[in-house]
Amino acid sequence: MSAQAQTTPGAVAAPGIATGPEAGAPVLTVDGLTISVRQDGGEAVLVDNLSFALGRGETLALAGESGSGKSLTSLAIMGLLAPGLRVSGGAVRLRDTDLTALPESALRGLRGNRVAMIFQEPMTSLNPILTIGAQLTEAIRAHEPVSKSDARVRALEALKAVRLSQPEKRMTQYPHELSGGMRQRVMIAMALALEPDVLIADEPTTALDVTVQREVLDLLRDLQREHGTAIILITHDMGVVAEMADRVVILKQGQMVEVAPVRDLFAAPKKQYTRDLLAAVPRLGDGSSAQALPEPVSQTPIASLSEVKVRFDIRGGILSRVTHRVHAVENVGFNVYPGETFSLVGESGCGKSTIAKALVGLVPHLGRIELNGHVLGGLSAQDQKALRRDVQIVFQDPMAALDPRMRVGDLVAEPLLIHGIGSSESRRATARELFDRVGLSPDWIDRYPHEFSGGQRQRICIARALALRPKLIICDESVSALDVSVQARVLDLLKSLQADFGVSYLFISHDMAVVENISDRIAVMYLGQIVEMGTRAQVFGNPQHSYTKRLIEAVPVPDPSFERPLRPRLTGDIPSPIYSLGEQPERLLLKNIGDGHLVAVG
Amino acid sequence: MTELSIKTTTVSRADPTVWAQLFRRKLAMFGLGFIVLITLGAIFAPLIAPFAPDEQLFEGLTLQGAPMAPGGQFLFGTDLLGRDLFARVLYGARTSLIIGVVANGLALMIGTLIGVTAGYFRGWIGAVLMRFTDLMMAFPVLLLAICLAAIFQPSLWIVAMVIAFVNWVQTARVVYTETSALAEREFIAAEKTLGAGTLRILFRHILPHLVPMIIVWGTLGISTTVLLEATLSYLGVGVQPPTPSWGNIIFENQTYFQAAPWLVFIPGAMILLLALSFNLLGDALRDILDPTQRGMR
Repeated sequence: MSAQAQTTPGAVAAPGIATGPEAGAPVLTVDGLTISVRQDGGEAVLVDNLSFALGRGETLALAGESGSGKSLTSLAIMGLLAPGLRVSGGAVRLRDTDLTALPESALRGLRGNRVAMIFQEPMTSLNPILTIGAQLTEAIRAHEPVSKSDARVRALEALKAVRLSQPEKRMTQYPHELSGGMRQRVMIAMALALEPDVLIADEPTTALDVTVQREVLDLLRDLQREHGTAIILITHDMGVVAEMADRVVILKQGQMVEVAPVRDLFAAPKKQYTRDLLAAVPRLGDGSSAQALPEPVSQTPIASLSEVKVRFDIRGGILSRVTHRVHAVENVGFNVYPGETFSLVGESGCGKSTIAKALVGLVPHLGRIELNGHVLGGLSAQDQKALRRDVQIVFQDPMAALDPRMRVGDLVAEPLLIHGIGSSESRRATARELFDRVGLSPDWIDRYPHEFSGGQRQRICIARALALRPKLIICDESVSALDVSVQARVLDLLKSLQADFGVSYLFISHDMAVVENISDRIAVMYLGQIVEMGTRAQVFGNPQHSYTKRLIEAVPVPDPSFERPLRPRLTGDIPSPIYSLGEQPERLLLKNIGDGHLVAVG
Repeated sequence: MTELSIKTTTVSRADPTVWAQLFRRKLAMFGLGFIVLITLGAIFAPLIAPFAPDEQLFEGLTLQGAPMAPGGQFLFGTDLLGRDLFARVLYGARTSLIIGVVANGLALMIGTLIGVTAGYFRGWIGAVLMRFTDLMMAFPVLLLAICLAAIFQPSLWIVAMVIAFVNWVQTARVVYTETSALAEREFIAAEKTLGAGTLRILFRHILPHLVPMIIVWGTLGISTTVLLEATLSYLGVGVQPPTPSWGNIIFENQTYFQAAPWLVFIPGAMILLLALSFNLLGDALRDILDPTQRGMR
């Protein structure tokens, strides 16, 4: 942390330093911040000459794609850079104190007290073996000399402030007993308990479902209004930026691209990169943008599900008998027709991925699944294997789905090898061809997965799925982990492959905007059951079920001038799909309200 | 917007062979050299050794009957009975290599087989195998080895088998843990959805990931097994005298450590160097064979 006095401290403000609307003295000033990493001999600059100022009660968004240095900046402000990284220039001033010049002991006093931080993954940021109450009181007592009982009172107040249900009970619970949204509320309570001047929120809602994200964003805004906290919001989601931020800093590979008030940025971006970034953001329409085919009843479906149930046993007691069951999927039925994209959408735990796993035989199911005219289950091993050729799956995390010890060419050719197709030369040729088809250079087939970027790896997974010329490809959150610009291009690739190969997609996603862009027909799932199903125009243009409406409303709109209609703040969590033996969830009946638009009654 | 620009790696695309990469590593070459030296010494012991290993030489003892220190006529000195220590160490290498490589290799194979099977299939197969492993772990190793060695007529090969039989448990445990973690990984699920059979998944996708760990356990096991053999020999159920092994040379002479330190020091150093050599070689092989390290060097 040696802050070499560099260039211009304060006096000659760099062009980037534009103070907030209600100027005054900024709470936090970042001036020419440069972060470098030591790398064989030299130093590589990761964040270059970044400057901004943050006023009281202001929300500043640091937006950019992965690798843009936005998280590094927040860690540098907190003085928490990993070993090997250092601030090699510039200053971070909290009012008049230069944080980069402070010794660790002084920083520790400031962290959590005057500058607090919340992270993306609330589970890993909470200590799993301490109760919520213990962690909150400890955080308070670390900074203020109050008695244990006083600290408990303040902790309880903090939990009430973040509108957590049953705060007294939560104090005695452990992190794993809470849902993701509740954990993030606890993190916010912990961060705000000491009323810091600055709150750094690093992707605070990225790991959460849309409806929960909405609750957390509303909460952050309300709390900011009450306490006048300045917030640095780090996010890749331009929708969140539009809704939350007053000003935006766009970062690209450690360089500041553009700083502007949020309305100006969205209305008239000055730089090409910003324009590209905004153009790539999927926007939620009303489903009418392109002609969506109604259910083509005449054709035979590729995949046909009826009355499909997936249940997982939970054993308990001394004899480890089945005491409870997770009813992950209940009585789900739908058809996927040749050449169409059918989407399953819903929040985590709704059973959409379980259906994908049941379709490829990774979990056992009850009910009837027909693939290309064959009933899944009860087949010989040989027939099972043959059936695999027709249905392929592309997972969410391409790094996890590729064996890191195999060359990508071998991985793409492996399905052919497994099914005994072609000679080793012809398989290699096919792999080269597929690489070319998904937009990768055929010369890269001898590389290993870790040598590619996230988007390229997902292309490899798609190439592997295509190798057997399947009739149905299941995309299980396949674009959720990708940056928006990459996501847009992978979606384009999927569309063009559909046109070329006539393949059908079963597209599974929690992202309403992506689903709206790619699907022909959509089923909305809630707690293991379908609550609404229809064409894109029907579901997005005329949503009938209250849950569908809630989902669509919760999506952040990438337009700062959008006025969100006032609604009661959402609270509460999705009920659990676990039932004790003998009990079952109530079965939802779907009613046709015209043209195959099915809506659950009640 | 950099999705299509691949990370530049300085490694040339034409992979140097494993041998070429090995030659570049000095420590690994030292290890390999020592292993080759010992192996050749063991094979050609009758040609190299100046005396027979069990021959009690008149000139091998001082006039007071004490063993001779290293140097002069006896390179490594002599032991209490006036036998040439150099010859005994050479012949002892035969025993110790067989124990260290064969017995240890066998233990690794059993352990890996049981660990992988239990870890991949789980269910009742896994439960039975792992409870059996726990049972073996709870059993005092020495007691079991003595019982087994006492039942069978002691010979070098029986001793090797006995050692393999008691030494596989730790390997099985760690392989089990690692395999069950691997089996949960998404790329295994991805392979299943491609229609890959169980054998293919086990050999092409699980075993390669276990190699680094097996190498570490294998090299650690060499010194353990060599010493276990020495213990068994000492208790009279191991390799029978006068056949030398590095372990029993140490045990025969440990009480005279103060008077004749070379009798313990030289075979001890041999065990240490052999284990170290395998370790260095194994380490290097692990790095060379791991493709995810490519481009990082």
